[in-house]
Amino acid sequence: MQPATTHKATAAKRNGSVSEPVAVRWVLIAAALLFLALFLLLPLAAVFSQALEKGWAAYLEALRDPDTISAIKLTLFTAVCCVPLNLFFGIVAAWLIAKFSFPGKSFLVTLIDLPFSVSPVVSGLIYVLIFGLQGWLGPWLQAHDIRIIFAVPGIVLATLFVTFPFVARELIPLMESQGRDEEEAALTLGASGLQTFFRVTFPNIKWGILYGVILCNARAMGEFGAVSVVSGHVRGVTNTVPLQVEILYNEYNYAAAFAVASILALLALVTLVVKTVAEWKIQQSLAGPDDKR
Amino acid sequence: MSITVSNVSKSFGDFHALKGIDLEVPSGELVALLGPSGCGKTTLLRIIAGLETPDTGNILFNGEEATNRHVRDRQVGFVFQHYALFRHMTVFDNIAFGLTVRPKKTRPSKKEIREKVHTLLKLIQVEQMADRYPAQLSGGQRQRVALARALAVEPQVLLLDEPFGALDAKVRLELRRWLRRLHDEIHVTSVFVTHDQEEALEVADRIVVMNQGKIEQQGTPSEVYDRPATPFVFDFLGNVNLFQGRVHEGTAKMGGLVVETPEHAGTRNAPAVGYVRSHDIEIERIPFDTASLAAQVHGVVTVGPLVRVDLKLPGNVEGIEVDLSRDVADRLDLKVGELVYARPRKVRVFTDDYVI
Amino acid sequence: MKAIGKKQSVLPGFGPSLGYTVFYLSFVVLIPLSALVFKTASLSWSEFLAAVTAPRVLASYRVTFGASLLAAAVNGIFGVLVAWVLVRYRFPGKKLIDALVDLPFALPTAVAGITLSSVYAANGWVGRYLEPRGVKVAFTPLGILVAMIFIGLPFVVRTVQPVLEELDHEIEEAASCLGANRWQTFHRILFPTMLPAILTGFALAFARAVGEYGSIIFIAGNMPMVSEITPLLIITKLEQYDYAGATAIASVMLLASFLLLLAINLLQKWSRRHAEQ
Repeated sequence: MQPATTHKATAAKRNGSVSEPVAVRWVLIAAALLFLALFLLLPLAAVFSQALEKGWAAYLEALRDPDTISAIKLTLFTAVCCVPLNLFFGIVAAWLIAKFSFPGKSFLVTLIDLPFSVSPVVSGLIYVLIFGLQGWLGPWLQAHDIRIIFAVPGIVLATLFVTFPFVARELIPLMESQGRDEEEAALTLGASGLQTFFRVTFPNIKWGILYGVILCNARAMGEFGAVSVVSGHVRGVTNTVPLQVEILYNEYNYAAAFAVASILALLALVTLVVKTVAEWKIQQSLAGPDDKR
Repeated sequence: MSITVSNVSKSFGDFHALKGIDLEVPSGELVALLGPSGCGKTTLLRIIAGLETPDTGNILFNGEEATNRHVRDRQVGFVFQHYALFRHMTVFDNIAFGLTVRPKKTRPSKKEIREKVHTLLKLIQVEQMADRYPAQLSGGQRQRVALARALAVEPQVLLLDEPFGALDAKVRLELRRWLRRLHDEIHVTSVFVTHDQEEALEVADRIVVMNQGKIEQQGTPSEVYDRPATPFVFDFLGNVNLFQGRVHEGTAKMGGLVVETPEHAGTRNAPAVGYVRSHDIEIERIPFDTASLAAQVHGVVTVGPLVRVDLKLPGNVEGIEVDLSRDVADRLDLKVGELVYARPRKVRVFTDDYVI
Repeated sequence: MKAIGKKQSVLPGFGPSLGYTVFYLSFVVLIPLSALVFKTASLSWSEFLAAVTAPRVLASYRVTFGASLLAAAVNGIFGVLVAWVLVRYRFPGKKLIDALVDLPFALPTAVAGITLSSVYAANGWVGRYLEPRGVKVAFTPLGILVAMIFIGLPFVVRTVQPVLEELDHEIEEAASCLGANRWQTFHRILFPTMLPAILTGFALAFARAVGEYGSIIFIAGNMPMVSEITPLLIITKLEQYDYAGATAIASVMLLASFLLLLAINLLQKWSRRHAEQ
């Protein structure tokens, strides 16, 4: 990993013959910043500005609404269900793909990525087709009085689908880049499989795990399309926070909608901070001796 | 502990890494597996360690079947080419790892582990660095920590994969002498893989020369160097000049070079190649005898303690290289374009079925 | 399979991890997706064709794919610019900007949707300057474009950035030694090097935009035939209990995402080969 650092060092030193005139540089920087301001900064700032338009009292009032609170609870519940399941899967799948070679491996990786490329609406629809009234299991479920669609289980399942690849996606390349040497060394020293994982592999991937978990969590708490298909929008029962935002917005209750949205925006900012820290730590742990000293 | 490798083969897909290897490593010896990259030496080492499973054949430790014994239970110390130190553990924790993962019943006490690690730290001369992380060590220090970590579990066999491959020339020289001394002290059966013939010749008790998944020759360093069994070994261990010709009933004629070869007494008029090491050729300005070859000096280069002379011979397109010591070269004071006479001191003739 | 893994590695857990991965993948992803395929297969060909080629549906394809293409192109250009500026130049707040580029990954789409529509609405922070000049963004197809640019923004930046960082600057020095000026160096040396990454990022942004729902519906206006995207049409059909129609359109979307996934995989393979050379 040393090349990366030498590149950075030379990038800092580089000047003169292989750089642009100062004026060109500033024009490019200004153009890039203007683009980012129009599409990122302004919308982000607008969330908070609109949320506080009617003052703090109205803001807190909107957050204290019982429907909002139950939406927050449901969103937390969904994340608590989905993140651990996909975390466990991600670790197992990354171990399989990074540490072994077997036929069909790259196909398997493609399949793991699949939920990323499926439209959220389609992700929700497939669960309606299975568990909905007209779906495969619909009649049977109705006979046994089990509700999945337009109920909490459907929300969890759809969220599970859309957040499926996050941890695996992050861990696979990380563990591949770390190779198998350290695990093999642990085995030659007499460590068992579990000892090898917990004492050698895990410490090397813990920041990668955090990275995957935080992104998985952000998506689980923020998913809108898939959940909106399966939820049925029953206030106080099957409304997640993003759905609550939609309802308030469609009722022209903008201040409240943005107040609730501001919680999600804060979550996004926290996600970005944790993600940046995790990225930095991953780079540090992969880096060579000169960086650490 | 002795190691027996019996008829071991291993393929990776279409690539035959090892083809029917038989090898005996006597207890307490330091053996080098020497060969070019891709010759299968690392695969053989990993099979002995239990990190790979052979397709066919057996591994025996002290005559006892160990082919299916798990790497955990083989009691081998393995030193990886890139050290494979646990990057998140200090030097101390790295070395102690093998002891701390033992089941409670056989695990030494904390105090015993600490003493053991400190003894090893002293042995590898990095006592002050116990609390450092691998990333904070130099290459040579990491290599020694990797060795100490392997030794901490008191292995029956020590296996080293290109142990000095990633080091600077000077550190490599120091470290291989240190390894030789260490082996003389602890006498654990050791096998190391290298592609550096000099390293193998200097450090090992015995050398196993491998090529394309097969063993070409094994023997003491002087055996393989002085009496190479095959053209490959001849070529791989040191500089060599080739003389093309034919052999007939015990006499080889290669250009102007005529050599008696009793070992080819039964051969009738077959193509043959004479192999001569570049330091086994003498140069004079007057003919030695009828066996000396007229040649023209094509180039003279001083390479450290030696002087390398390029000669052009009539009927030998590639020309030959001769290594002279500095004082011989000074005495001759050869000039480019000069006519001289060359006489090979030692010629080894291989018939064509042996061609590299 | 087990024998193969065992032969190649002494590390434990090949069998269980393969078993669990395949099981969980099937349970969460493959079986649910296959429901869509089976449901589509149960439609008759004429039913299917009627559902996926109705004028309103065709119009939604045009809007969805057209806007996605345009958004991906905008992101292609500005993504390269942002990546270039972030890798090559130093300016205050650079680290913050760099982190902020991922905001569209982290911000829930519903939040993006309402805030974009408020910023670009007639009385919004940006809209109030555009509206008098006759540019209506919110509740028009242009709004769809804005939302798609937002959600696709990180892709090109994040694929091009590492390529630029890895680029050996000796290559540029060599070009300038050979007499190339800065622009020649860029379009003859740097641009071809970045091209596979740009195309990969473009395809990723395009794929994301095609499937996007949450951030678009708030700003699009959702006028049938004009500003109605295909995912919304699926939901509309569902709400009308037209399961066959929803399924048929969804299967077209799924096919599109499979094709895009394939294209992206090929592009990534190409860029890896490109990088190795």
